Amino acid sequence: MSNDKKFTELSRRGFIKSSIAAASAAAVPTVFVSNANAYVNAPKGKTVTLGFNVPQTGAYADEGADELRAYKLAVKHLNGEGDGGLMNTMKPMALKGNGILGKKVTYATGDTQTKSDAARASAKRMIEKDGAVMITGGSSSGVAIAVQSLCQEAGVIFMAGLTHSNDTTGKDKRRHGFRHFFNTDMSGSALGPVLESEFGKERTAYHLTADYTWGWSQEGSIKDTTEKLGWKTKAAVRTPLGAGDFSQYITPVLNSGADVLVLNHYGKDMVNSLTQAVQFGLRDKNVNGNDFQIVVPLFSRLMAQGAGKNIQGIYGTTNWNWSLKDAGSQAFVKSFGAEYGFPPSQAAHTCYVQTLLYANACELAGTFDPCGVITALEGFKFDGMGNGATEYRAEDHQCFKDVLVVQGNDKPSSQFDLLKVVKEVPRKQVEYPASKLGGELGSCNNA
Amino acid sequence: MKSIVLSTKKRDYTTLLVFAVIVFTAPLWGKIIGAGYPDLLQKFAIFGLFAIGYNILFGLTGYLSFGHAAFLGVGSYVTVWSFKLLTMNAIPAVLLAIVFSGVFALLIGFLSLRRSGIYFSILTLAFAQMSYNLAYSVLTPITNGETGLRVLTSDPRVVDTALGYTIEGSPLATLFGTTLTGYPGFYFCAVVLVLGFWLSLKIFRSPFGMKLVAIKTNQTRMEYTGFNHRPYLLCAFVISGMYAGLAGGLLAVVDPLAGAERMQWTASGEVVLMTILGGVGTLFGPIIGAATIKYFENIFSGIGDTALAEIFSFLPDAVSNLLITIISPFVGSGWHLTLGILFMLIIIFLPGGMSQGFQKIADKIKQKNKKSSTSEVKLEKDGIA
Repeated sequence: MSNDKKFTELSRRGFIKSSIAAASAAAVPTVFVSNANAYVNAPKGKTVTLGFNVPQTGAYADEGADELRAYKLAVKHLNGEGDGGLMNTMKPMALKGNGILGKKVTYATGDTQTKSDAARASAKRMIEKDGAVMITGGSSSGVAIAVQSLCQEAGVIFMAGLTHSNDTTGKDKRRHGFRHFFNTDMSGSALGPVLESEFGKERTAYHLTADYTWGWSQEGSIKDTTEKLGWKTKAAVRTPLGAGDFSQYITPVLNSGADVLVLNHYGKDMVNSLTQAVQFGLRDKNVNGNDFQIVVPLFSRLMAQGAGKNIQGIYGTTNWNWSLKDAGSQAFVKSFGAEYGFPPSQAAHTCYVQTLLYANACELAGTFDPCGVITALEGFKFDGMGNGATEYRAEDHQCFKDVLVVQGNDKPSSQFDLLKVVKEVPRKQVEYPASKLGGELGSCNNA
Repeated sequence: MKSIVLSTKKRDYTTLLVFAVIVFTAPLWGKIIGAGYPDLLQKFAIFGLFAIGYNILFGLTGYLSFGHAAFLGVGSYVTVWSFKLLTMNAIPAVLLAIVFSGVFALLIGFLSLRRSGIYFSILTLAFAQMSYNLAYSVLTPITNGETGLRVLTSDPRVVDTALGYTIEGSPLATLFGTTLTGYPGFYFCAVVLVLGFWLSLKIFRSPFGMKLVAIKTNQTRMEYTGFNHRPYLLCAFVISGMYAGLAGGLLAVVDPLAGAERMQWTASGEVVLMTILGGVGTLFGPIIGAATIKYFENIFSGIGDTALAEIFSFLPDAVSNLLITIISPFVGSGWHLTLGILFMLIIIFLPGGMSQGFQKIADKIKQKNKKSSTSEVKLEKDGIA
């Protein structure tokens, strides 16, 4: 009896094992067939899918919403709908207004939640499920870097959205990643001379820094610049991303002996920290015989809107502002305004431009194959996109163009007229050798 | 809990077999519900494992831990460090993840289990939040803070170097030559999930499992009968911590990156939700719950207005526009809202979770089939649980 039982048990176990093996063996072949393409997600039908990965929740949700608006607008224009926007001013341009390479552009969206994990998960979904041939977006450098390396591994192109850290095209650069936005090094170089002429050489700075790759990068760049001017750095305090309440970090500034507060914050963090700094009376203080000043190295109109009157007179830099008068900027503001009823932010601008640049590169290369697209984008020179003559440097996939130094407007003429452009710093003043920031691009991956 | 007494070995093997078949055919049935892509399937398996382990503590002993994400995070960090320092092979990495998270769980469990009920929950929450803050801003040389810990081509990897392996392109986890991304990664997780499920089944059926249930039912009575409950409780805590560490390790295997947000209290809360949604103290419940939440997070969050418009395109414009206006707040970025409603409905109408729902349906069907012999129905009732 007991022998019998053992026998049946053993065979049952064997049965389980063999059926597991059989089940997995049956499932495996169906899996590999779908990957037998020349390159990942080669568009088969009449459409091509782009993946828009933006923060819809979290500290950068406002920027994310504006980015998504811009992407949708870009898709419209690429498909020949609407007024064409920057496709009227971009040069040289290979786009025909019939989609990309004759294929209608569709898109998938994802929520990065401003977290690397979530961003990678949604990017993977768009690559693996929705068949996206290019991923773009990200309103945080941490996220952008994480998604960029994912895209390198997966063999699709990543067109970075709002990411300002040096590392994106510095030590974490990838062959598959491209950035139109400027970086903290350029912000530092552009801001330096203005800070010197406005505030002098005898200053002591106190940094509050968002504690992640972008914050560190910006703190480093601004420190470099200001210390070259002769400023001292009192302290650099790291604050968690999305802290909400910054009072515990601002109180120590009051009696630190510093006379300039540098806020290396962005999005809602910057709105909160600046508002609280003003409420604490920092700007009314007089330290070492100097008026206390606040500097926000990376500025955007969306943040200015959030911070209200507090931003008046505060200096910073920005990639682009809707008040620019060149034909490209005007065309973009006009078509964005017609669509949504308000002017676009710098985040919207860079995302829109990135989408067009990608599409244009596909047309130039005559294929969606990432290796071809990369070759077309590397060293690509263009104009009429709102920043003047611009170049995608081949060595680090960073765009080089003029940088704007802006100041919070004292007398805004409308609720959107919040930043006034103090200076357009020419490209050659913010340029640096690619070797300065290190990193390896690696090779193109279309396996 | 009757099931523990009634079940036979035969039934357990059938359960395991059914489970294994369901798991290994996931790429096929996943396609039908729009989840048939490797990343989400990997998440199903990994968070299923996480929830199974959590259920051993919460389901059996009734101790509600709010800090299990800490072990998940420890597992991820250990795995990535193993990739950086030792080898890209996944086996030593996950083993180390289990060991380290086990030790960590022993430490936290030893301290937290001095209290029970809400105080225990708060203690675990506090420890997890401490771990999160440590990972986020204090131990940045080890964790790389917000940016997250990544595997770099330039890392030493002593074992790989000694064996003469070199990395071309991006470093990815391997299993003796097979790269563990995409479907191979899923199958690796799936095998671990089935093994984890089997172990959990064994624990449910064992005398040890009985003691854990006794802790939940009546701790005082258990002590009167001569059992010191604390060692059992600590053991359950460590086991579930090791499960969490293993899950964290797998997360890093399929995607070699570890971020502090994995340890945040919301991640701890998520596993509680998964377990309750699926059914506390049941075998399958936690996995169902984990899959449901991950499905919502990944699929519902991706449905936008355009996708809705496509779905309703067969209707007249006015009707479809109305439907889109009604539904759109519940999909896309509003997926939390739908999940919240689902969670509320389940708690109110099915306190035993989704597996209770399935049980009820199964019972209904059985009753129809076996109306004549009601006595048998009662015996059959232990079907799932």
